[in-house]
Amino acid sequence: MSKPETKPLAQIRNFAIIAHIDHGKSTLADRLIQTCGGLEEREMSEQVLDNTDIERERGITIKAQTVRLAYTAKDGIEYQFNLMDTPGHVDFSYEVSRSLASCEGSLLVVDASQGVEAQTLANVYQALDNDHEIVPVINKIDLPAADPEKVKAEVEDVIGLDCSDAIEASAKTGAGIEELLEKIVTILPPPKEGDADAPTKALLVDSWYDAYLGVVVLVRVIDGYLRKDQKIQFMSNKAVRIIDRVGMFTPKKVELDALGPGEMGFITASIKDISETNVGDTITDEKKPCESALPGFKPSIPMVFCSLYPADAGDFEKLRDSLGKIRLNDASMHYEMESSQALGLGFRCGFLGLLHMEIIQERLEREFDLDLIPTAPSVVYKVNLTNGEQIELYNPVDLPDVVKIESIEEPWIKATILVPDEYLGGLLQLCQDRRGVQIDLTYAGGRAMLVYRLPLNEVVFDFYDRLKSISKGYASFDYELDGYGENDLVKLEIRVNEEPVDALAMIVHRSNAESRGRGMCERLKDLIPRQMFKIAIQAAIGGKIIARENVSALRKDVTAKCYGGDITRKKKLLEKQKKGKAKMRQYGNVEIPQSAFIAALKMGDE
Amino acid sequence: MNNKGRLGLYIHWPFCLSKCPYCDFNVHVRSAIDYGRWQDAYLKSLDYYATIMPERLLGSIYFGGGTPSTMPPELVGAIIDKARSIWPCSNDVEITLEANPTSIEMEKFEAFKAVGVNRVSIGVQALNDKDLKFLGRAHSADEALKAIDIAKGVFEKFSFDLIYARPDQTLEEWRTELEQAKQLAGGHLSLYQLTIERNTPFYYSHQQDIFSLPNEDLAADFYGLTQDVLDDALPAYEVSNHAAEGHESQHNLNYWYNGEYVGIGPGAHGRIWQDGVKCATRDHHAPDAWLERVEGQGHGAHPYQQLGQDDLAMEALMMGLRLREGLSLKHLAEQSGGDWAAYIDEAKLKTVINEGWAVQKEEALTLTREGLLRLNAILPYILTTEGPHRKTAR
Ligand SMILES: Nc1nc2c(ncn2[C@@H]2O[C@H](COP(=O)(O)OP(=O)(O)O)[C@@H](O)[C@H]2O)c(=O)[nH]1
Ligand SMILES: C[S@@+](CC[C@H](N)C(=O)[O-])C[C@H]1O[C@@H](n2cnc3c(N)ncnc32)[C@H](O)[C@@H]1O
Ligand code: SF4
Ligand SMILES: [Mg+2]
Repeated sequence: MSKPETKPLAQIRNFAIIAHIDHGKSTLADRLIQTCGGLEEREMSEQVLDNTDIERERGITIKAQTVRLAYTAKDGIEYQFNLMDTPGHVDFSYEVSRSLASCEGSLLVVDASQGVEAQTLANVYQALDNDHEIVPVINKIDLPAADPEKVKAEVEDVIGLDCSDAIEASAKTGAGIEELLEKIVTILPPPKEGDADAPTKALLVDSWYDAYLGVVVLVRVIDGYLRKDQKIQFMSNKAVRIIDRVGMFTPKKVELDALGPGEMGFITASIKDISETNVGDTITDEKKPCESALPGFKPSIPMVFCSLYPADAGDFEKLRDSLGKIRLNDASMHYEMESSQALGLGFRCGFLGLLHMEIIQERLEREFDLDLIPTAPSVVYKVNLTNGEQIELYNPVDLPDVVKIESIEEPWIKATILVPDEYLGGLLQLCQDRRGVQIDLTYAGGRAMLVYRLPLNEVVFDFYDRLKSISKGYASFDYELDGYGENDLVKLEIRVNEEPVDALAMIVHRSNAESRGRGMCERLKDLIPRQMFKIAIQAAIGGKIIARENVSALRKDVTAKCYGGDITRKKKLLEKQKKGKAKMRQYGNVEIPQSAFIAALKMGDE
Repeated sequence: MNNKGRLGLYIHWPFCLSKCPYCDFNVHVRSAIDYGRWQDAYLKSLDYYATIMPERLLGSIYFGGGTPSTMPPELVGAIIDKARSIWPCSNDVEITLEANPTSIEMEKFEAFKAVGVNRVSIGVQALNDKDLKFLGRAHSADEALKAIDIAKGVFEKFSFDLIYARPDQTLEEWRTELEQAKQLAGGHLSLYQLTIERNTPFYYSHQQDIFSLPNEDLAADFYGLTQDVLDDALPAYEVSNHAAEGHESQHNLNYWYNGEYVGIGPGAHGRIWQDGVKCATRDHHAPDAWLERVEGQGHGAHPYQQLGQDDLAMEALMMGLRLREGLSLKHLAEQSGGDWAAYIDEAKLKTVINEGWAVQKEEALTLTREGLLRLNAILPYILTTEGPHRKTAR
């Protein structure tokens, strides 16, 4: 077979754009695409790489994106750039690490008016772990508040990155973009290895489901070629497929004959289900396989769990289908059917983090038009039983009887918070209240850098919102998981007329149990409408009642006037009430509308 | 005490001289009304019902509103004559007209009597001027007393309405007012707790906390006090209606017994039997559209809706349980096609009985005073979630 014509390694640059959220990654990518002529002026929309509505609306990139650009440098040579825009949020740091593994360099975008933030740090460290060459880009120099010199000093100071080659740019006005393109050629390295004659070896960077093409696989070729009609094998599961399309994004989808060493692009191979395509897998030739697989990635593990119930029980099947469709594109989301006495049939779902959870709930509601009842988010506990066994607890309801429990371990995180001095006190208090353990407190460029160990459980509630409100939005936050630790954890149970409400059960630290329990009882008291019988609401730990409230019995509810003209209207109301009873749950002799529990769950923690 | 099996005729007159801020009836204020045109329309509608509902015995006619006492007596008379010419009726036919106690209207009482009205229901609402003003009424307490006095002299039967449980009203004030009403009453009183209806001026001022109503406990006490004061002479035969033996409103009882009635006029509802199926009728709501419809098609009704056994059983429960005599279980069985147990959860009914809210005797299910107070909660509680859901009755 003749060798396809692909770029020599020396003319390829694969790089990622990394930054704290909103520092301008996507806008910079737009500018690079535009300058290299990837899209005509009229085709440019803002943040062309953010594909989904939610990405555009929230201004966040969720999926890593790649584009190939052709750039003719001052040396007269045309280079091939493969650019990746990466997600900026902690929840998706796993996607970031994957993207970084397929490149040799990074553009580190730092907002010239904001400076280094928590995710700047987290991303830089990941890039350095992947041996990246890094070009700092001090962006948004057009802003009046921009102070590029100060920010450069901060980058040198806090990160320890040499800024003599840093570029001052504005992704908005285009200032500095020419210079940046040259620096990409001169400073970032070409792919290190790559043997055109060796057996095919390619990294599976990502995959997603496309309604027309089936599963689209994003690849980075190491050795050899990927060509149309080639029979390939996925090394992890030995699956064999025939490539039916090879191509690249410019960002338009363009088909090619082949992808060669060092190049990035996509293939399709009549794959129906993304679960067949394991991210980090090695793709090779079926007949002439390579000797060893690439090191691959750790699989992503869901850290935050919550249950999702359809508000209308009739939507259960629709919810199941919708979760299935989302999972087609997002293998990091897990779900399993469960049933709750209070809320009916639903799913226990696992997410990478809180934002991931929110985004999926939003997609279910918007794209799939579902009305959902989410339960309070929870984490995965490890429960050591007296018989020596250890179980993983995904739902507080499943906690075994206290007498069978030796101890409970909860996941911890190491959090890095950057915050202007004036808000430091408030944040220290917040971390303290959330059972945090201080590890480090340093100053850099007028800001404090706080490192804390915190139980993840305390963060999943509303830590991020509190952090933002205490610091008026100026604090930034990032975290990594930091093992499990034993603690004095208890199951807080809410009972209505002596019967536990499963959806409201939670695991809390003993020191917080009473205030949480009292808060929940008070909330329910306001939410449960008066009924013919008195309703007792209690919070309990083990068998012990720690808080109680009563909803007193209704004394009068009768329509004063009911004549011939009123019958139809009143009957409709009664029919509605009668139907509504299907959504009621029986607790002792009272029926509580599901909506009361939903509201209690929605009111959050405060 | 009843007229069972006879037809009721409801005539809706949709006009008032001014609109009261609590009222959500289908009411319009007009400076000029073409009475001739309205008369033609009512009579034409009656002709229509004459053709589809022959062979009925007329038990009652009720002129409601709106303010029917603003109708010219000749118009009232023409309608009565027409109805009587269509349906035979006995000597005891009850012909009620709602009246507002302003001077112009009470002067017409004799004339109404002359054209056949034999009962008036006067909208007194309160017996003191301060509360009348709050309620936005166009008459004074003195005028109301005078109207009652005239009605007493003119009609063999009359009733008046009061609205109580008003903002800031105390139990003692109400007791005094009620004692006075008891003295003034003929054989019948309608006593309604003030209800805030959606989209009325009161609805908005209540939402803005401009005034507040007695809370639930006090409202229950108001109701209890009302029963205590009237139980000996004018006991409640329905949630809000009190009468001396033999003075119950025949027309309204027919609603609570799920009887047959024709409703004519803007927004009027009816329940009529057609080809062995009970149907709900509803006249067009807007006065002018109603007139045009009648002139065009001979009647002002939307297409009928056939009622299924589920509907009939529900209506029987909703209406029958409002009565002191309770709901006849035989009647419920007829309406529900025999298996009324399919509509009522027996265990729940037992709970309700044990709580002292209801009594079940062989022939009737009756709510106690405490039960009546909770009717809106008891109904959905005892209803089963799954009825048999039959499409139409036999
Ligand atoms: N003034 C100014 N605004 C910019 C510049 N670059 C990006 N922005 C704005 O900053 C916001 C965040 O940009 P985006 O590219 O979405 O950031 P990302 O979250 O890092 O992808 C958007 O409102 C951009 O329009 C710049 O150079 N100057
Ligand atoms: C059709 S209305 C009015 C009859 C007549 N137009 C009048 O105002 O006297 C019949 C009765 O319903 C009662 N009513 C109307 N709206 C009410 C409300 N919002 N709350 C309590 N009673 C009400 C009044 O007592 C009124 O007399
Ligand atoms: S209460 Fe009577 S007078 Fe007042 S608006 Fe209603 S119908 Fe008319
Ligand atoms: Mg972005």
